[in-house]
Amino acid sequence: MTQSEQSSSTKKKRIKILTGNHSASYAFRQARVGVVSAYPITPQSPVVEKVSEYIRDGKLKAKFIMVESEHSAAAACCAASATGSRVGTATSAHGLMLMYEMLPWASGTRLPIVINLATRSCGAPWSVWDDHSDFITIRDVGWIQFMCEDNQEIYDTNFQAFKIAEDPRVYIPTIVAYDGYILSHTMMPIQLEAQEDIDEFLPPLKHHINLSDISKVKGVGPVTTPNVIIRPEGTAPGYYEYRYALQKSLENSIDVILEIHDEFAKKFGRSYGNGLFKTYKTEDADSIIFAMGSVSAQVRTVIDTLRAEGLKIGLVSLRLFRPFPIECLREFFKYKKNIIVFDRDIGYGYEGVLCYELKAALYGLKNTPFIKGYIVGLGGRDIKSNYIIQCVHQALEESQKGEITYKTEFFGLELDKLDFLD
Amino acid sequence: MTEKKKDYQKILASVQKPVVGEAGKTGNWSNLKPIIDLEKCIPAKSGRNACFNCWLYCPEAVVTRTIPPEIDFVYCKGCGICMEECPPKAIKMVEVDLE
Repeated sequence: MTQSEQSSSTKKKRIKILTGNHSASYAFRQARVGVVSAYPITPQSPVVEKVSEYIRDGKLKAKFIMVESEHSAAAACCAASATGSRVGTATSAHGLMLMYEMLPWASGTRLPIVINLATRSCGAPWSVWDDHSDFITIRDVGWIQFMCEDNQEIYDTNFQAFKIAEDPRVYIPTIVAYDGYILSHTMMPIQLEAQEDIDEFLPPLKHHINLSDISKVKGVGPVTTPNVIIRPEGTAPGYYEYRYALQKSLENSIDVILEIHDEFAKKFGRSYGNGLFKTYKTEDADSIIFAMGSVSAQVRTVIDTLRAEGLKIGLVSLRLFRPFPIECLREFFKYKKNIIVFDRDIGYGYEGVLCYELKAALYGLKNTPFIKGYIVGLGGRDIKSNYIIQCVHQALEESQKGEITYKTEFFGLELDKLDFLD
Repeated sequence: MTEKKKDYQKILASVQKPVVGEAGKTGNWSNLKPIIDLEKCIPAKSGRNACFNCWLYCPEAVVTRTIPPEIDFVYCKGCGICMEECPPKAIKMVEVDLE
């Protein structure tokens, strides 16, 4: 492609074949991100490589800050965001864990940063393949967390993420995750929107702090006392009030997320379930498979096979992981009999994270559904359709017998292939 | 948005103006104080607004951007960053009895 073609390429709506990573880069470009600071890590690296190319070629007017680690990248993003700029970055697994220390700073200072996360398992042992264990480690730092199921969703969710994060009712950093390799390195046709339509949907950021004005030097996030500060010149909240505000804003951001999802759907004609979770053949279903990301994509293909057997089964694919859409899930699962949860992650010492979060969300329902969880696909292990079918059969059998087990179950282990085991 | 903002929507980032002596007289934390040798100091020697690395790098903002730069020992914690950053090595950390 020649340069003149490329520079005019964002002007009109068209279809392009892109990897998951590059659809994230393209979204950054069209979102007119002002500052990007990142450090390379597999499988995320192509996102920021492409973004730096856009900046080099003048297609994206942004500042790319090169740093020596993900911790510095996140710190640079926080500082850049505090100057009133739109800021984005991308990372994976250990990169996200190195950023971890800065993440509560971003949410506590209410900086609308967007991180794209190509999910990857956490070592040891060393692995670059996909599972959601990095994604779930940051569930308690006060970020909004999305999980995508295909490349189009990555592209679309990025614009929604910026708009949600920058909404004056929200001001909370947001993470857009997608499965490493399965999406990050897989090419799919993407409907790219015209730049002017994106600009209309996503106006420039109106930030609540702006440190770029050096005449009004301010300190951000200084020591905050346990109690409210009362002084002749005014009062200031204590730490407790700041964190109350963050939690309440997160809880109430669900309405904004629904609103922005609907606005996007109306403007561009693409929607993702109700914006919080997606459903597949659930109308008449009494049993539901609950999963997110690549696992859901795999389950979709299995639902039809199971329905052919006469099972009334459907899929709920979680899109919004934080804030956890408790009320919508309770309403949805009120009359369901069985839920089978597939976790591509694990809360070590307990069970799959999605499984226990769902159990907690449904606490106190009149007729609590039977819930059974399986741990699948850690470290990039293939989740085969016949595994899912066997799990569903096993779970439904246990449901009929009324057996409730609290031990985790792994499916797809290959212990029989190990020659040193007798 | 025409609706009224809720209380939690008005509490955002903690942004405060720096105030001198917010954490007390921190000068007594130190056991060494930076002393500027005006024979070597670039602005003092040249009489020009130049260098000011000590002013720029001081994490406590106790160095003035003047000719010569002056250090407020009441709040200087004695970290020694100015000494480290001074290009002509005009700053030495010495034991000073403030009493």
